[in-house]
Amino acid sequence: MAPVEVAERYNIKLSGQLDGQPMLFAHGFGCDQNMWRYVAPSFEDRFRVVLFDHIGAGGSDLSAYDPQRYSTLAGYAEDVLEICEALDLHDVVFVGHSVSAMIGALAAIETPDRFAKLVFVGPSPRYIDDGDYVGGFGPDDITELLDSLESNYLGWSGAMAPVIMGNPDRPELGDELTASFCRTDPEIARGFARATFLSDNRADLRHVKTPTLVLQSSNDAIAPIAVGEFVRDALPDSTYVLLDATGHCPNLSAPEATRAAIASFVR
Amino acid sequence: MNQAEAAEAFYAALLEHDAEALYERAPVGYLSTTPDGMIVKVNATFLTWTGLAREALIGRRTFAELLTPGGRIYHETHYAPMLQMQGTAREIAFDIVRSDGSRMPALVNAVLERTDVGAPVVVRIAVFDATERRAYERELLRAKQRAEDSEARATLLARTLQQVLIPPAPPDIPGLELAAAYRPAGRGEEVGGDFYDVFEIGRGDWVAAIGDVCGKGVEAAVVTALARATIRAASVGRPNPRDVLGTLNQVLLHHHTERFCTIELLRLRETERGWTATVAAGGHPLPILARDGSSPTTFGEPGDLLGVFVEPDLRDTEVLLRSGDAIVLYTDGVTEGRQGSQGSQFYGEQRLRDAITSFRGSATSLVDGILHDVLEFQTGNPRDDIAVVVVRVP
Repeated sequence: MAPVEVAERYNIKLSGQLDGQPMLFAHGFGCDQNMWRYVAPSFEDRFRVVLFDHIGAGGSDLSAYDPQRYSTLAGYAEDVLEICEALDLHDVVFVGHSVSAMIGALAAIETPDRFAKLVFVGPSPRYIDDGDYVGGFGPDDITELLDSLESNYLGWSGAMAPVIMGNPDRPELGDELTASFCRTDPEIARGFARATFLSDNRADLRHVKTPTLVLQSSNDAIAPIAVGEFVRDALPDSTYVLLDATGHCPNLSAPEATRAAIASFVR
Repeated sequence: MNQAEAAEAFYAALLEHDAEALYERAPVGYLSTTPDGMIVKVNATFLTWTGLAREALIGRRTFAELLTPGGRIYHETHYAPMLQMQGTAREIAFDIVRSDGSRMPALVNAVLERTDVGAPVVVRIAVFDATERRAYERELLRAKQRAEDSEARATLLARTLQQVLIPPAPPDIPGLELAAAYRPAGRGEEVGGDFYDVFEIGRGDWVAAIGDVCGKGVEAAVVTALARATIRAASVGRPNPRDVLGTLNQVLLHHHTERFCTIELLRLRETERGWTATVAAGGHPLPILARDGSSPTTFGEPGDLLGVFVEPDLRDTEVLLRSGDAIVLYTDGVTEGRQGSQGSQFYGEQRLRDAITSFRGSATSLVDGILHDVLEFQTGNPRDDIAVVVVRVP
C-alpha cells in the first residue's frame, strides 16, 4: 500500500525531527492516539514522532475493520509492521500502552530488525487468572465487560460515525473530540475487547530480543504490579520502572513521571 | 429510602433551604473523590441505595472499587481517560456493587475540577439509579439482535430463492454459443422478479426464455417459479412459442395472484439450412438481432402482457440465422437503468445497440460488455434487476 493510503487508513500523525529516530506510539483498548497528548510532544526535539489509531479506533478507516483479521492481536501486530514498512521506519522505538505492549511484542518478535527499543506502559500478557498466575480477572469478569460495553454503546449511534471519521486534523480537544473520544462502533469495540482480554502472550515474551522498558503503575486495576513483574522477569532484556501513579493510564494521570522514565531509557 | 421518599425529602429540603439536607437526601447519589479516585465525601442517598457504610468508604475505597470487575476495566479504559482529557464524563453505564453483593445498574456523570493552573483537585460524581432503564435497554438490545437475525434469514432466503430460480450457468448447446447474466437490484436482500431459463426439448431443439414478473419479494418469486415450470412443461408438444405463452397466460389467469409478467420465448431449431429462431414476446421488449454487415435491430412483433387478458395478442416470428448472428434477450432493467440516484436519463435502446455493435465478437463478450456498460452507466448500483441472455451462431 502507498504511504498516503496507509497514513489515511491509520490516521497517522507525524511530528518532530524529519531525520530523527522514529518513535512510534500505539494506544490501547478504549480510546485513541490522543492518549499520548501529554507524553509524545516532549520527544519531538530529537525523534520522529509517529502517532496512529488502530483500525476501528479514533480517526482510522472504520471500513478497513475486518472481524477475522482483528480477532487476535496478531492482526494488530501486522498493522504495526505495515506502518513501519510504508513509512520506511527503521531503528524504531515502539511505545505501546496497555494491550499495545503485547502488539508491539508480537511485531518485534516477527521482525526484530525494525526495532531498537520497546516501551511497555501497563502491559499484561494475560488478563485472566490461570493456576498460579494472577492476571486480575476471572472469565466471568470479561463477559461482564462485554455486557458493560453494550450498555455504554447504546449511546453510540451510526450518526456519529462521520463525526469520528471526518476529523482530518484534531489539533485541540474541542467539542468534536468530546463527541468522539473513547467512542467507537460497538461491534468493533466488542471485537477489540475480545482480542485484548482473551489473549495469552505469556509464552511469547521470552522471544522478544529487543531491549524493553516496563512501566508499571503503583496502583493499576487492569495490570497489577504482579503482572508487571511477570513481564519484567519473562523478557530477556528488560528494565523495570515502578511509577507512583494511580490507574491504568499513567500517560494521562502521571505524565511527567512517564515522560521522565521513557526519556532516560531512550535518550 | 426509596426514590419517592427521596424526592419528597428533596422538596422538603428545598422548602427549608437546607443545603445539607439537599445534598444528603437528593434523589441522586453524590460522591466526591480525589483525582486518584479515593472517596472523600458521599451523600446519604448513595449509602441508602447501596447499603454501604460511610466509614467503610471515606478514605478507604476508590470509586472504581465499587464497580464490577468488568465495569472497572471500562472505568480504566474509557471513563478515566475521558475525565482526564475532557474534564467530564457523561451517561456512563456502570453497575455498582451493593454491600450484599447485588448490583445496582447506574448511570454516572462526573466532572474533574482543576485549579486555575490546571492541577486536578476533586472529582464530583453523580450516580443515577438506572435499574428500569437498563432492563429496557436489555430489551432493546434483544430486539435489535432479533431484528438482525431476521434480516440475515431474509437475506439468506432471498439469495437461496434467486439461486434456485436463476440457472447458475447456462447449458452448452452444441453448435451455438450461449451466455447469460443476472444481476439483482441493490444489495441482493430481496428476491427480484427477473429470470431467464434455457433448456433442451430434443436434439437440436432448444428454448430460451427471459421474463420479468411485476413486483419483488416472495410472492413474485412464487409467480416466477410457476412461470418457469409452466414454460418448461408447455414447450413439450407445442412447437410455437406463442402457444406456450398462451398456455402460460391461462395458467396465470387461473392462479390466485394479481401479478402479471412479461415473457419472451425463443425457440431454437437446427435444420438442414442451419439454425432457425422463432420468437414470441408477451409484453416484453423485443430481442435484438445483430448481424454482420448491418446495424443491430429488433426482430419479432410486440405482444400483450401475460396474466391480464383472456385472449392476448401473441405472434411468432421466425428468422434463419447465419454465421455471426447474435440474438440478445434482455429485461427492462437494462434499458431503463438510470444515471445517478435521481437521474432522469435512461440507458435506453440506442446505448444498448451501440454496446452490441462494440462487443459482438462472441456471446460471452456481448453479455460481459452489455452488463459492464449498463452498470457503469448506473455507477455500479442497479436500481432494477438486470438479465441478459445472448445466443450466437459461431
